[in-house]
Amino acid sequence: MKEIAEKVVAGDVRTVARLIRDIDDGMPHVRDALKRLFPHTGRAYVIGITGAPGVGKSTLVDQMISHLRKNGKTVGVLAVDPTSPFSGGAILGDRVRMQRHSMDEGVFIRSLATRGHFGGLTQSTRSAIDVLDAMGKDYILVETVGVGQDEVDVVRSAHTTLIIVIPGMGDDIQAIKAGILEVGDIFVINKADRDGTDKTMSDLRLMIDMDQKKYKDGKWKPPILKTQAVFDQGVKELMDTIEEHRLYNFKTHGDLPFRKRKDRVGQELAEMVKARLIEEVIGGLVESGAFDMVVEEIVSGKLDPYTACERIVIPVLGKRP
Amino acid sequence: MVQKRRLRVMVAKPGLDGHDRGARIIARAFRDAGFEVVYTGLHQTPEQIVDAAIQEDVDLIGLSSLAGAHRYLFPRVVEILRERKAEDIMVCGGGIVPEADIPVMKKAGLKEIFTPGTTLDSIVAWVNANVKPR
Repeated sequence: MKEIAEKVVAGDVRTVARLIRDIDDGMPHVRDALKRLFPHTGRAYVIGITGAPGVGKSTLVDQMISHLRKNGKTVGVLAVDPTSPFSGGAILGDRVRMQRHSMDEGVFIRSLATRGHFGGLTQSTRSAIDVLDAMGKDYILVETVGVGQDEVDVVRSAHTTLIIVIPGMGDDIQAIKAGILEVGDIFVINKADRDGTDKTMSDLRLMIDMDQKKYKDGKWKPPILKTQAVFDQGVKELMDTIEEHRLYNFKTHGDLPFRKRKDRVGQELAEMVKARLIEEVIGGLVESGAFDMVVEEIVSGKLDPYTACERIVIPVLGKRP
Repeated sequence: MVQKRRLRVMVAKPGLDGHDRGARIIARAFRDAGFEVVYTGLHQTPEQIVDAAIQEDVDLIGLSSLAGAHRYLFPRVVEILRERKAEDIMVCGGGIVPEADIPVMKKAGLKEIFTPGTTLDSIVAWVNANVKPR
């Protein structure tokens, strides 16, 4: 395990690729490697990119990589795509838009499937972020489809979160409002040559302005930018805005590394414990077939789910709560 | 939960051939078979394909060529994998490949070649029988 960690820190691509696979496949030995890697993390700047399918996230990420590389920064990319709930397979196609960077040694791109994790997507993506961080990447871009709590949680682990929309998405903006507006640090209207850009701009502005109270005392107020990612239009301005937000973060939280901020650490630890418990408790029961038996009992009406839950939880706790 | 290893497969289009309908259909069949499929898009160099395959930690690369350049492109991918000490990643190919070229391809290190008319089921069955997650 020591060897794996050393190779990751030395930037060995095959070791990094394999370790991320092992994390995703839930191999128990990764825990030790991650423990050893943790002291090497906390240096990378993590940018989350989220938005509905087809808004141009991958294309935007591709351009962002170019801009960061021009400034001499190394880049890691994690592109998350959904797993088919029916077959368990996935088509991971975000890479198509980024392939021009595949031979650049300063860039590491990895596609991840959401899989059927019991709340483990957040966990495994965070661990993958740690691996790329320990590998020495300056910037890590995490791209997810902004649906589902897990994916929102993933982008919440970022230092700067971008929410990408396109013109004419009236009702979808309502959807954003309900879930992820709160986590957006920067809003991007991509494909801004299309009709309806100004309307989308004013809709977003109205939504943000309704939270006026939140932005008092110099608090960061999410700017709204227009881009045409395919033509690299507006991407330079976006990168400048990300840099402004980075400096704002730095000013607000001092030189305290992001991962050591109390709110973040608490939240991440709680999530890690939750994922591990589910993994150990449910995982064991599924493997032995006991889980399926209990489910059968509920289905056939012999047992109610509340009693079933107690039956599972009480032996683990060793007492009646 | 302790998860089973899931097969990861790359579907790639090397060279200037601009038709990827077949490759997309294969990708879809692989997804439906429960594999994680990384698709590279069109116009890839063998070097790009190998670098992507290594970063993605795939078990198999499936190359598609309909334009007649497979005799150079397919073996080149195997060659670069060897140079990168990644020969544990298996390579197969498909598309318009004349019967006479198949032994040449296999000698160059491709594990199988699928020609027009091959059913999706038989390709998936071949993958399941021959490719084990590493």
